[in-house]
Amino acid sequence: MALPDRREVAAVFAGGAIGALARAALGEAFPLAPTQWPWPTFAVNILGAFLLGYFVTRLQERLPLSSYRRPLLGTGLCGGLTTFSTMQVELVTMLDAHDYGLVLGYGSACVVAGYAAVQLATAMVRRVRIRA
Amino acid sequence: MNALVWVGVVLLGGAGAVLRFLVDGAVSSRVGRVYPYGTLVVNLSGALLLGLVTGLALSHQGALLAGTAAIGSYTTFSTWMFETQRLGEDRQVPGLAANIMVSLVVGIGAAALGRVIGSQL
Repeated sequence: MALPDRREVAAVFAGGAIGALARAALGEAFPLAPTQWPWPTFAVNILGAFLLGYFVTRLQERLPLSSYRRPLLGTGLCGGLTTFSTMQVELVTMLDAHDYGLVLGYGSACVVAGYAAVQLATAMVRRVRIRA
Repeated sequence: MNALVWVGVVLLGGAGAVLRFLVDGAVSSRVGRVYPYGTLVVNLSGALLLGLVTGLALSHQGALLAGTAAIGSYTTFSTWMFETQRLGEDRQVPGLAANIMVSLVVGIGAAALGRVIGSQL
């Protein structure tokens, strides 16, 4: 395996630190009961999916090649802001509480809204014409 | 919550993202990027680890640092959804469905298993 570029790693670290801080602060500000809809996780995940769709589409299809923007904004910021593991533990907690409606509702809402957020952001970037 | 804990959140959040970057790169360089196996490995291993940390029943600060900051940042929802949407654009419907279902079903199983292991430790 080729060693990753040091600046790329630094960009991932910086973005991930900011994203994780924002997610943790939101979670601390809104503590939840296990059978509640996990709004903090849901909000950061859907927002992060939208932002990632926007950033990556713009970087791949609209902007000149850059070595640090995608690691900083995509892998770092959006990756750190969003979380898969917390969502899975939340689903397990809902299963414990036998709240199967919430399990199905939350699980499918995450997937549908996350997918739609990427799709929307992608379409928004592509709709903007490139100035000649 | 003291300021040192938030410094820890920042450092561990950055470290989790770097670990994800390295693991994804290592997996993808071996099996290619046609299917997003790198993200799958990251997310499933992270679900197992977060389940384990949950089972350990740490203090609030311990759970915030190890769980929310480090493992939360290691796993990613946005890349999972992004890669799923791109599979959809390429009309790879079986790949799209598998990427959602395997992640969710195995992810829940991994988190539950991790919690059992953690509570035994």
